[in-house]
Amino acid sequence: MPSTNDWINNPLGVVEEMFGASQNSSDSGWEAKVTEFFRQRLMEKDAHTWVPSLNDVPLHYLKPNSLVKFRCLIQDMFDPEFYMGAYDTVDPSTKAKVLRCGKYKDVTECGVDLDSANMVTSERQTFYCVPIPGESPWVKEISSCVVDCFYASTCQARVVPSTSYVPSRQKRSYEDDDEDDMDTQPQAQGHAHNGTPAAAEAQGNGDSKRQETEAPSGQKASSPPLDLNFPLPGEKGPACLVKVYADWDSFKLNDTMEVYGILSVSPALSALSDQSDTSSSLILDPAECMETAEELRVHSPPASLVPRLHLIHTQRLAHNNPLLPPAALEDSAASLASTLGEMVSVRAELLAYFTQLLLGDVLAAEYLLLHLISNVYARRDVIPLGKFTLNLSGCPATAGPAYTEQLYCALQQLVPSAYRLSMTLQNMNQLRLVPRKDYVANRLLSGALQLAANTSLYLDETQLEQGQLDPAGVRNITALGNVISWQKVDYDFNYHQMEFPSNINVLIASEGRSLLPSDCHVHLQPQVTPPNMEAYLGSALTAQSSSQLNKFRLYLTMARTLDYSISEEVTKAVEDDFVDMRKDDPQSISADDLHSLLVVARLLCLSLGQSALSTDAWSRAKHIETLRKSRSEPQGCLNGNEP
Amino acid sequence: MSSPMSTPGGKRGRPSNPSTPASEGATSPPAQRRRGQPSSNGDLPLMPTSPPTDMPDPLQDTSLFSSPRRSVLPSEVDMSSPLMYGTPSSRVDGTPRSGARGTPARQRPDLGSVRKSKQVDLQSEPSAADGAAAAEQPAGQRLVIWGTDVNVATCKEKFQRFLQRFIDPSSKEDENSCLDLNEPLYMQKLEEISIVGDPVLNINCGHVSSFDAELYRQLVCYPQEVIPTFDMAVNELFFERFPDSILEHQIQVRPYNALKTRNMRSLNPEDIDQLITISGMVIRTSQLIPEMQEAFFQCAVCAFSARVEVDRGRIAEPAVCRNCNTTHSLALIHNRSMFSDKQMVKIQESPEDMPAGQTPHTTVVYAHNDLVDKVQPGDRINITGIYRAVPMRVNPRQSNVKSVYKTHIDVIHFRKTDEKRLHGQDDENEQRLFTEARVQTLRELAAKPDVYDRLSSALAPSIYEHEDIKKGILLQLFGGTRKDFSQTGRGNFRAEVNILLCGDPGTSKSQLLQYVFNLVPRGQYTSGKGSSAVGLTAYIMKDPETRQTVLQTGALVLSDNGICCIDEFDKMSDSTRSVLHEVMEQQTLSIAKAGIICQLNARTSILAAANPVESQWNPKKTTIENIQLPHTLLSRFDLIFLMLDPQDEAYDRKLAHHLVSLYYQSEEQLEEENLDMAVLKDFIAYARSYIQPKLSEEAGQALIEAYVEMRKVGSGRGMVSAYPRQLESLIRLAEAHAKVRFSDKVETIDVEEAKRLHREALKQSATDPRTGFVDISILTTGMSATARKRKEEITAALKKMLQSRTKTPVMKFQQLFDDLRGQSETAITKDQFEEALKALCDEDYLTISGKTIRLAT
Repeated sequence: MPSTNDWINNPLGVVEEMFGASQNSSDSGWEAKVTEFFRQRLMEKDAHTWVPSLNDVPLHYLKPNSLVKFRCLIQDMFDPEFYMGAYDTVDPSTKAKVLRCGKYKDVTECGVDLDSANMVTSERQTFYCVPIPGESPWVKEISSCVVDCFYASTCQARVVPSTSYVPSRQKRSYEDDDEDDMDTQPQAQGHAHNGTPAAAEAQGNGDSKRQETEAPSGQKASSPPLDLNFPLPGEKGPACLVKVYADWDSFKLNDTMEVYGILSVSPALSALSDQSDTSSSLILDPAECMETAEELRVHSPPASLVPRLHLIHTQRLAHNNPLLPPAALEDSAASLASTLGEMVSVRAELLAYFTQLLLGDVLAAEYLLLHLISNVYARRDVIPLGKFTLNLSGCPATAGPAYTEQLYCALQQLVPSAYRLSMTLQNMNQLRLVPRKDYVANRLLSGALQLAANTSLYLDETQLEQGQLDPAGVRNITALGNVISWQKVDYDFNYHQMEFPSNINVLIASEGRSLLPSDCHVHLQPQVTPPNMEAYLGSALTAQSSSQLNKFRLYLTMARTLDYSISEEVTKAVEDDFVDMRKDDPQSISADDLHSLLVVARLLCLSLGQSALSTDAWSRAKHIETLRKSRSEPQGCLNGNEP
Repeated sequence: MSSPMSTPGGKRGRPSNPSTPASEGATSPPAQRRRGQPSSNGDLPLMPTSPPTDMPDPLQDTSLFSSPRRSVLPSEVDMSSPLMYGTPSSRVDGTPRSGARGTPARQRPDLGSVRKSKQVDLQSEPSAADGAAAAEQPAGQRLVIWGTDVNVATCKEKFQRFLQRFIDPSSKEDENSCLDLNEPLYMQKLEEISIVGDPVLNINCGHVSSFDAELYRQLVCYPQEVIPTFDMAVNELFFERFPDSILEHQIQVRPYNALKTRNMRSLNPEDIDQLITISGMVIRTSQLIPEMQEAFFQCAVCAFSARVEVDRGRIAEPAVCRNCNTTHSLALIHNRSMFSDKQMVKIQESPEDMPAGQTPHTTVVYAHNDLVDKVQPGDRINITGIYRAVPMRVNPRQSNVKSVYKTHIDVIHFRKTDEKRLHGQDDENEQRLFTEARVQTLRELAAKPDVYDRLSSALAPSIYEHEDIKKGILLQLFGGTRKDFSQTGRGNFRAEVNILLCGDPGTSKSQLLQYVFNLVPRGQYTSGKGSSAVGLTAYIMKDPETRQTVLQTGALVLSDNGICCIDEFDKMSDSTRSVLHEVMEQQTLSIAKAGIICQLNARTSILAAANPVESQWNPKKTTIENIQLPHTLLSRFDLIFLMLDPQDEAYDRKLAHHLVSLYYQSEEQLEEENLDMAVLKDFIAYARSYIQPKLSEEAGQALIEAYVEMRKVGSGRGMVSAYPRQLESLIRLAEAHAKVRFSDKVETIDVEEAKRLHREALKQSATDPRTGFVDISILTTGMSATARKRKEEITAALKKMLQSRTKTPVMKFQQLFDDLRGQSETAITKDQFEEALKALCDEDYLTISGKTIRLAT
């Protein structure tokens, strides 16, 4: 049996061993055996933490053909490809034929006998995967820490076994400065949000260190830099072509998952490596002239930038919170029971924290909490259930963008992935929100609304000034409206549109009522007016210890994934209540109001760790809804049209 | 000319055993069968035992039918073999020609664009199949093309029999419309070819399959070998019949509609080198690529010329001149080389075929010769062709290959799927959608007595109640029967039902619209606020690449044969709304802009939603006053529903229960309760394409009665309560209801339901709030009869008052208003007063300037 060392460092050895064994016996199920073997290995305690992660370790520290993992989102699906599943090679000197296995590999061994009768053609699917868009810095930090502490003891997977390497530090390669100067591309990929608001601002006007520069290769100097097609501007990290060998129909676009696979970085994969060499034969070889240069670039990018990963095992991620086991909650219910007990107290602490952030407004703080644990848990024909878009109006504008920015920072520290879209006119007119199919390069150009489930989208409407929206801007606003009302994004396929369901928590910060629709509108009523807003919020932010923050993070993810039901009696009570309210004043409550009441009641229960609606929670929901409505009445919109 | 009975192997003088596994061919996956030659992109079918030198030298290669201009080695070339068929060397001689011998063959790069003479290692082939193959075929005809179980002679004979005998009396295809259905179909087509001179014979594989299943199987499995055999058979037959006809080149057979594969997603390695048909949408076409078929070399020393055929995409440049023995003296002469046209077309899965949550797949297709430029980006097409896979070389100079194949389709036949829509027929796609079993379930469902209620409750189950509205929308989804009166000058009668929903905000109108939009295949959803007239109709665009002006169609044209959902109808600008007039009655859209004048079909049903002007519906006002839409437009809606809050306790309770259950029931529970959306979709699609109900006698009578009754209701009070438009609506609704029952006849019950629904809608929207009576003139003229009467009264009173005080020709507006109010016993509103003034103004009795009124003198 191969040792631990082997299955991580040389997984292909394991595969070949099993393949070889299957040739002698007539047993054909070797493929299943391989996946089962790796699944078993990874199931072992902590075994998955020994596998180096592409998210944290730069590519050049990873050993080719070793087992790596990658936490990612499926950004695009390429066409299926046929490959040689098994083939014969002929040794030119001895003429000896050897049967080889082509699975989990990109390039064949030398001397393939194309006419061999043993050749088996198989099919596999390629997905273009990017790191989860908008992943908060703390998520990256914690998951790389987990990896790091294991490196201290078992660093055999790395080529350079030195421990001097710190994963969080980004290497700057020598060509950085050149790139800075020559970068004139309009959609410059700004650099990461490293937690400071300045980074978020930088997109669009060229903080121009590009992600390519992280790859230490100098081969790209002549051609324009490759757009790695991240959904959000300013993302970094490796993109990856994941080759899937089985069951690819079960994957959906925008799924998040952790992939365990064999890393392949053979330089032969780069389509552009020796173009001048091949151009002479291009004319006559029909196999090669069918694709445009763009398409080749996109579908066969240099492996040093976009490594290939041959998938062996996947773990679907219900969330990307590293503090919680990634599996569905039922499996680990026992270990989380203690946390469940603490939920009420954590909730109170979190509420106090939010109250402080929202300048002493308890009601707004409560709604913010409910918003953060909302989740589209089902769809009934076209209606997404459980969405809870919050419009926080009355954000103090006098302090400039500082307040909304600080608020975003605070939220980003709590949720696993978030993105702040500052709704300036320029952004609305120029940003690409909706993904669009590029038929020349034959890929899906990503847009800012291609987000993983439960990503917090923070729309800063205080930045919006008067001016003209061009057609693109109108389309962007419509797209945002669609996300909020129907939780769907219509991807633009030029000849037609295709609808993809989304599950994005949208929070709109505005001065007056937002121009976008929302499920719930809370007007902020500050109780305190700190003279220096920035200092006030800054101190509130720093006052939280990291253990406290971790508790909050755990709480928010937990509350979201809890089960929920309504008993018969409560249903009855709710019905009676509704009928009574209507009897008094039919105008006071409509069907829509009941909808939102039910959502609020559900979220209230979940926030308290309860999994069934109680009459208490129902009356509490009614209470806070009344409070909220009485607040928005004075400046509620009177033209009465549906938003 | 070799006889059809001659066997390909015969002239080689070797009774060869069919080395190909006939038994394997039918059952085993082709990927396995062909594994020995996955790189065989169009390799020639070889004789089983032919030694490699047997392969005709490209130089000596000649076509079967070309004049033997160049010397060949006749004993080496088997004239009847499809191997020799259609090589490019035949050039048109200047002499007049007729008959098969004189007509040049034309190369078919679609069947094997890259030639390859691969050596065959017979030892590696399994020989187990020999016995089976032999048993299948009678002695003497046991020779088959290598790698297949195709016997050329039998195949040819079978195909000729098919052509001569195949009759398809049930044919519905429009292309056969002018042919006699009781005569052999393809013989008529051959006759057509002889008249028209277009040497292409399209063969429906469905016909082949129903005539001879074995032949069909061979065609699908070995298209590369079988289609040339078909070509030969056709040409022999054709020139036998029409010996004097002159064609540009020999007839080429183009099969289409191979049933093997329908969906791009289901293509897999087993389909390689087989005949497939897939549907998709063209997303990109390349420039024309001239592909060299034969290179022409000339010796620089002695001017001796040599021709070299392209082999596997390469030309073997002769190193030595055969005439003067100079080495490396031959130069390529481009303009004497032979090229064929080739074009790369990229197609993408059509959106209907795709599973949710995935991106569409694309496939590369090569079109050759006259198929080049047949399709444009955006076309929906069905492609029949041969699926190919070729290995990719990392570097042509290395033997190291990438372990990945490139796949493409060599197209044999294009068929546009949306072409037919021009003729007013439904897509053939839609018609083929249903399996036997599915049709059975649908029919069972339709036979149930409560199908109408079932379907209407399955529609948008998340929206509570509004039964009649859902029923109305259901009927809209089915639509009426399309009638053509263009011969009598009346044009088409509209078959589509238009519905307007108006009502309070928050009564889930938008959700209904969204639901419908998601339900129908060709639905469009627009918002009145965000759409302009251009966005609804069509606009002209310059294609940035080709600089060509193209007509881009808007929502209304795109939803042809579907439903166009327009939300916030009231917020639409007047100019935008005006384009709807034509669409909603004539079902066409006329465009005259940028030099393009045309009329597009827009047979779309319109489902619109409007909010009342004063945010809440004012029950004291008429529909028109509430939504402020021009009555000309309103009268074009068959049904106008009000979605109002009923404000009733029992309703509230049910509503609450419905909503609460929505929030905690699990998905499975809900599935059980209602028909699922897919069934509903299929049901509607099936009824729309197959059921065309006609009015029965008694239904006609019932309709007449209903109409007369409606007219009578109003006439008693001096009001007209029905117009012919309402009668047409009734007919449409009755037809749609018959469709729900899958009935070919409209019967009295259909009329009853149509009447009921129509009355319900009228009751809601056309009730005069002053009198409480239904008054259709509210919708047709924008004003109820009582209101009109009242207006006349006020005008008369005002006129009388003014006549009494002719001394003061100038009056203040407010003062006159007060005076009139003082005189009248009923209250007069300012609006009414203004209207009366305006009426008098129109009579030239007075003039109004600002706030002063001046009597005309």
